[in-house]
Amino acid sequence: MDNFTPLSALIGGVLIGVGSVVLMIANGRIAGVSGILGRAIQPDGPEWRWRVGFLAGLIGGAALAMLAGVGPAAIEVTGSLPLLIGGGLLVGFGTRLGSGCTSGHGVCGLARLSPRSLAATGLFMASGAATVFVMRHTIGG
Amino acid sequence: MRQIFWAILAGLLFGAGLAVSQMANPAKVLAFLDVGAIPAGGWDPSLAFVMAGALVVTFFGFAIARRRERPLAADAFDFPSRRDIDARLVAGSVLFGVGWGLVGYCPGPAIASLAWGRVETVVFVLAMIAGMVIWRRTLGTTTETPVNAR
Repeated sequence: MDNFTPLSALIGGVLIGVGSVVLMIANGRIAGVSGILGRAIQPDGPEWRWRVGFLAGLIGGAALAMLAGVGPAAIEVTGSLPLLIGGGLLVGFGTRLGSGCTSGHGVCGLARLSPRSLAATGLFMASGAATVFVMRHTIGG
Repeated sequence: MRQIFWAILAGLLFGAGLAVSQMANPAKVLAFLDVGAIPAGGWDPSLAFVMAGALVVTFFGFAIARRRERPLAADAFDFPSRRDIDARLVAGSVLFGVGWGLVGYCPGPAIASLAWGRVETVVFVLAMIAGMVIWRRTLGTTTETPVNAR
């Protein structure tokens, strides 16, 4: 467990939670990134504006943390084009079909004790872990 | 206008949290999903601590929100009301998990980590948007969200 960073994980988690609570108390909305992105790209009313604002804030907040030296200086992403495209398609399609992702189900939904979100979180955690297992310990060896 | 201000503030906090917790780094997320590394001692449980920190705040924060009559800048709280576990929820969550495990990106960190300016992130985000568009044109429903903007 040499890379385990419990303190920065907890602090970052609290910031994520505060951001989610702000969106709920101010705008009355769940901070579910897949739903916000999915609806921002197919605008059906004036609400696309706050959605784009939230998404811009996500990038800006990460940039500020990086510049302040409290986030990673660099990130490690796979360079495999098929993995990036296939993974992106599955994440986009799956989160819309399943009505949520790690933020909407995994944080906001669990906080509401929603049975749907509990099921969704268990399922995507399990299939994510199974996928990594196959990639790293079966195929990747 | 007020809604946009609050959404930007919420996004800034959320994005900063993803960076501080290192969840914007896919390698960090994959290290959590790699439960096969537990026997060798290489597993990284950090993601569980991120969720724990976020859950404590949202649990009490949402409870406070529910005691209010209405949000600061909108007409009503839009808490999801469905409780049924249907085939769409199950299939979608499983497919999402596979994509998550392939790259280590879920939607929030993928968007936030555009801040690092990597072309790989741009490719993933474009593919993710394409996946959302495909959903919309095939199995998509339009009755999901009530509009309560003002």
